[in-house]
Amino acid sequence: MLQQPYDVEVGAGTMSPETFLRVLDPRPFSVAYAQPSRRPADGRYGENPNRLFKHTQFQVVLKPPPGNVQEIYLESLAAIGVDLRQHDLKFEEDNWESPTLGAWGIGWQVMLDGQEITQFTYFQQCGGLDLDPISAEITYGLERIAAFLQDVDSVYDVLWTRTPRPVTYGEVRHLEEVQFSVYNFEDADVEKLWEHLRLYESECQQLLTRLNQLPQDLDLDTLRRFPVLAAYDLCLKCSHLFNLLDARGAISVTERVGIINRIRVLAVGVSKGYSRMIAKTT
Amino acid sequence: MAELLLEIGLEEIPARMIAAAEAELARRVAALLARQRLLAQPSAGILTYSTPRRLAVRVEAVLERQLDLQEQLTGPSWKAAFPDGQPGPAAHAFAKKAGVPVTVLEKIVTAKGEYAAATIQRPGQSAELVLRDALPQEIGALSWPKNMYWRPGKPERFVRPLRWLLCLLDQTVVPLEFAGIRAGSISYGHRVLHGDSPVPIPSPAAYPATLEAAFVVADVAVRRQRIRKDLDAATRMLPGARWREDHDLVEQVTHLTEWPTVLSGNFQPEFLALPQEVLVTVMRDHQKYFAIEDQQGALASHFLAVLNTAVDAQGTAIVRHGNERVLRARFNDARFFWNYDQKIPLNDRLEKLKTVTFQRELGSYFSKTESNQLMAGELAAAVAAHGIVVDHAALEQAVLLAKTDLTTELVKEFTELQGIVGGLYARAQGLGEKVAQAIYSQYMPAGTDGPIPATVEGQILGLADRMATIAEMFAIGLAPSGSKDPFALRRAGNGVIKILAESNLPLTIAEIEAMATHCLPRARSWKSAGALQVFLKERLDFYLRETRGYAYDVVNAVLSTGLTTVSDAMARAQALSQVRGSDDLVAVSTAFKRIKNILRQAAEKQDLYGDSVVSEDLSEAAEQHLYAETLKVAPQVEALRARQQYQPALECIATLRPAIDGFFDQVMVMAPEAHLRRNRLTLIASVLNDFSRIADFSEIIPG
Repeated sequence: MLQQPYDVEVGAGTMSPETFLRVLDPRPFSVAYAQPSRRPADGRYGENPNRLFKHTQFQVVLKPPPGNVQEIYLESLAAIGVDLRQHDLKFEEDNWESPTLGAWGIGWQVMLDGQEITQFTYFQQCGGLDLDPISAEITYGLERIAAFLQDVDSVYDVLWTRTPRPVTYGEVRHLEEVQFSVYNFEDADVEKLWEHLRLYESECQQLLTRLNQLPQDLDLDTLRRFPVLAAYDLCLKCSHLFNLLDARGAISVTERVGIINRIRVLAVGVSKGYSRMIAKTT
Repeated sequence: MAELLLEIGLEEIPARMIAAAEAELARRVAALLARQRLLAQPSAGILTYSTPRRLAVRVEAVLERQLDLQEQLTGPSWKAAFPDGQPGPAAHAFAKKAGVPVTVLEKIVTAKGEYAAATIQRPGQSAELVLRDALPQEIGALSWPKNMYWRPGKPERFVRPLRWLLCLLDQTVVPLEFAGIRAGSISYGHRVLHGDSPVPIPSPAAYPATLEAAFVVADVAVRRQRIRKDLDAATRMLPGARWREDHDLVEQVTHLTEWPTVLSGNFQPEFLALPQEVLVTVMRDHQKYFAIEDQQGALASHFLAVLNTAVDAQGTAIVRHGNERVLRARFNDARFFWNYDQKIPLNDRLEKLKTVTFQRELGSYFSKTESNQLMAGELAAAVAAHGIVVDHAALEQAVLLAKTDLTTELVKEFTELQGIVGGLYARAQGLGEKVAQAIYSQYMPAGTDGPIPATVEGQILGLADRMATIAEMFAIGLAPSGSKDPFALRRAGNGVIKILAESNLPLTIAEIEAMATHCLPRARSWKSAGALQVFLKERLDFYLRETRGYAYDVVNAVLSTGLTTVSDAMARAQALSQVRGSDDLVAVSTAFKRIKNILRQAAEKQDLYGDSVVSEDLSEAAEQHLYAETLKVAPQVEALRARQQYQPALECIATLRPAIDGFFDQVMVMAPEAHLRRNRLTLIASVLNDFSRIADFSEIIPG
């Protein structure tokens, strides 16, 4: 099924509930969506041809992965105009891990003519929970692939549309890259960011505490009303604020471990709550 | 006799794991065949293959059936089984259990007496059945650094999902099953060049050639050779050029390809203005390209990429264009970072270090720099006191700026270039060659093989940085223990020892501990009780054994005595290794062991010895002789030892052998007379003390 991008700031398509929560559900499910992914520390004021504060991932999740998932993936490359007989393709080991989400997987970066064009991951754990069945996650970097297909050196030169006149990626997005780099690196008020983080965290914790106090034999209808999805949004907010603080250079290496743990506690709590509801449903 | 082939088809295995897995599979299959009595001859030819998508093993001479086994079962005692010479109930029960008629039971005599016994035949099973049942376990037991689940219900873990199995005994399929897949006679070829269609393997012997026709070179050695040849051929097209030898990279690309070909590409020569360290890191570490250099060893604006495919002329142009485009982007990044970083000179980056945490309790890299300054100051003073010329101003500046490159974009992008980038920036910013070199080489040696910093300033910076880290981490209770060494302090200690061993810095481990615990405020308030010395001594032990290859007993012997400098310990280990095989020295070391035992036992019985031998109390000729010999030899040995002429000194000690042997042959140390006993103990104790200053011979294990 095709989904819409999630409308809360995320660092990667994986963090959309369509991946993060959906993979916890044992029922088969396959979904694809484009996801704008914000990584404040990757901003380069629009001056670097390949590095963006916000890039777009095309995310495909297949649960369970079909036996020929790699072949299906290769067909997807053919579908966007890559004739593999004219290119060099390698699957190179690249395992994925998100300490903030308590999630990790095994997989590859797919290299096409020396360019990484896809991250291919077999999800093993999410929110600290073992997955069964596992999911295959295929993440395409759309800007890179577009630059590759159009053979331009800078993503800003990617032609986005021809009508009613040629418009480039740069014309659409450059200003955003510049301004958000300025804000993320220079202007964001560190004290307020910390305050926001505390507020979102405590709101999320408050929900999770209530969730944990619900009686085990709660009926499904009541459990379904509990806003665990809202708790997840709050957790995503915390993650984004952490990234902003990081870009501001406000987090020391050791503090970092502590904050990552705090956010993981939220993600794990949400995963457990969601799984509990799913277990009652299925 | 049949030939066996087993192929495990997988989704792409990580390149770094393939060689070990290929060897392990062969080892397991060979051991299984031997265990199951299926090997025609113990040294049967075993061939192994691997590509990113498969592991395979081929055994040329496998028996089609296990050898029959004759086995004797022991039953009840003969008397119990045949009470009156006739089979009783016990005999019948035993015969039934063994599956033989009671009439064939025989009498055997064992140490315990006479017993009834039955000889039974165990017919061998067919290899097909044995392998079908036993191979899956061997496949499942392969050890991988990182495993995954892929099937619902998580029945098994493996490196990557299994896609097919092939197992043949000659032309017969061995229908083993693993991970829900049954073995057949079908393999698969190159993903793109051959496509998805199955590749039937007619027989084990035909395996490599059949795959070759499906664009897979299964033999790793052949693939490696092909890559080397192609690298050479591609380089010949570039006049005056050669590819930079890189064994690790050759291995990596060998395990990343099934059908390797080599492609040469170019980059704009203006990128050569970037430091070659940066260019090579991008090419080798990030793109797995081979660098090209000219006759003088300078980088040329070309690269070689190893492809996992063969493309036609049009494809070559496309792939080259793609790889050049990626490299250009990477180089552009690097140049962007380089230029961007230049806007803030290293001197102005010191303040920024306050926001980079070194360790929670120890604070930022700014305070780390302060500790390094204190430690480097002590070291420099000590080194200078020994008459070694140190450029103190350059050293101070290098120490001050050593960590500032952690704030640069280039190091954030290429973390493996920390230190190197700082050195390059120092040079570009005109801080002087000595400063630049010291910063550049501060993390050297990189491993146990790498060279140490070339300049004395670099050596002192490298020592100061590591020693300050070690001492302060110890002081706050973070010393490594067991397998736990999260701050890699052992590696830092190895670096300290290697720098001391391979430089001319005349510093002892004791001095270094004293300096660290004196100059670093945190370490000063901590009661080290020699912990740093113990730690550094362990590292020295490791260095002497692992890097220098000295036998462990030689190392123990040398390190059991007082330590001067690391290079002195090496000189003693070298001398001892030279002479340890000589009969005389082995005899002396055995005698020293004996002396130690006697002294220990005497101490347990409160039998004390004195400070000096009373010559009038030496009653036996042999003890008089030993005493005279030691009086003669001791000053000679001391003189040689003082000049660090250890080998002649040791040879001199070995001349004591006849006197020592004579003493132990003819003299009873623990004499009933207290004064004789005390005197003899004093004599052997002085022998032990006088001649154990170069090495503790009692540690030597006779070869």
